[in-house]
Amino acid sequence: MSKFNKKKKGDLPAISTASLPDIVFMLLFFFMVATVMRQNTKLVKNNLPTANQVEKLDKKDLVMYIYAGEPVEQYQATYGTSAKIQLNDKFADVSEIQDFIYQERASKREEVVPFLTTALKVDGESKMGLISDIKQELRKANALKINYVTKKGNAVEQNN
Amino acid sequence: MAKRAAPEVNAGSMADIAFLLLIFFLVTTTIETDSGISRKLPPELDENQPPPPVIKERNLFTVIVNSNDELLVEDEVMQLKDLRAAAVAFLDNGAEDCSYCQGAKAENSSTNPTKAIISLVNNRGTSYKRYIAVQNELVAAYNQLRDREAQKKYGESFVSMEQRYNDPRTSERDKERLKPRLEEIRELYPEKLSEAEPKKS
Repeated sequence: MSKFNKKKKGDLPAISTASLPDIVFMLLFFFMVATVMRQNTKLVKNNLPTANQVEKLDKKDLVMYIYAGEPVEQYQATYGTSAKIQLNDKFADVSEIQDFIYQERASKREEVVPFLTTALKVDGESKMGLISDIKQELRKANALKINYVTKKGNAVEQNN
Repeated sequence: MAKRAAPEVNAGSMADIAFLLLIFFLVTTTIETDSGISRKLPPELDENQPPPPVIKERNLFTVIVNSNDELLVEDEVMQLKDLRAAAVAFLDNGAEDCSYCQGAKAENSSTNPTKAIISLVNNRGTSYKRYIAVQNELVAAYNQLRDREAQKKYGESFVSMEQRYNDPRTSERDKERLKPRLEEIRELYPEKLSEAEPKKS
């Protein structure tokens, strides 16, 4: 019965690595899904206020972000502690908002421009003076749809 | 005895396990979405625009927030927690031909929810946190009244109808049906919130 005696005896068979790609892909997909792309590094403190009558901001490509608040500690030496506006990756002046809006608009497809929303991510401790300056600039740039980004929570409890 | 070769481990099901895990994580992880209070700014004022119509004093609900974050509602000091109820009472007063209002029909409050305007004035020194809280309470007042009407008419709250309408998973046919309903409720209690430019000092 030599037919059944072909196996070489003694050496260990190699462990199958056929499933290794699967594992790697799994990890890859997991990280692809779970990571949130961070567009901007925050230069300002961003402790958002709380509210519960909120609407979701879907369609991230149609949102322009404006950050405002006190500079974070490492920048306080250079920029001081008064609230500042951050556009993209740098501190900006109120007068630069209009240009920023026009630039953002130019980078988007023409048919989606009317649906663009400006999301204001403003630190809860900032004063309304700064926010109304921002709003005036947005009105001048005709960017009228805005959203005050908030955390979920009870607004009344937070304030009393 | 002859030395036996170790049997090869069957790796065929490994891929299945991997996919199982992958699908599990796909389903359970949620990508963070921002949420907040949506507002629409008034357009830039035109120089030769006709002057705005005169609004009766009784149809105006003035909320003033000063630089110490204190509230002055209709010339009276008020706590934030009472603001929602006060706004609801004002909007729902319905002194003149409002069949769906359940308010007190007081002489000095609004005539009709479609005419009632809430005016919010804040100071440059008001904190953003407080401003958002006030906005939140006023939106809540509108939502409360709209929910009531929607519940009465369609057995579903306005907020959940709106959520379904904005949900991409809702079918087109459902959306078609929801749209006129939402508009109808919005017409009953239109959101008329005016913001004055903040005062200095």
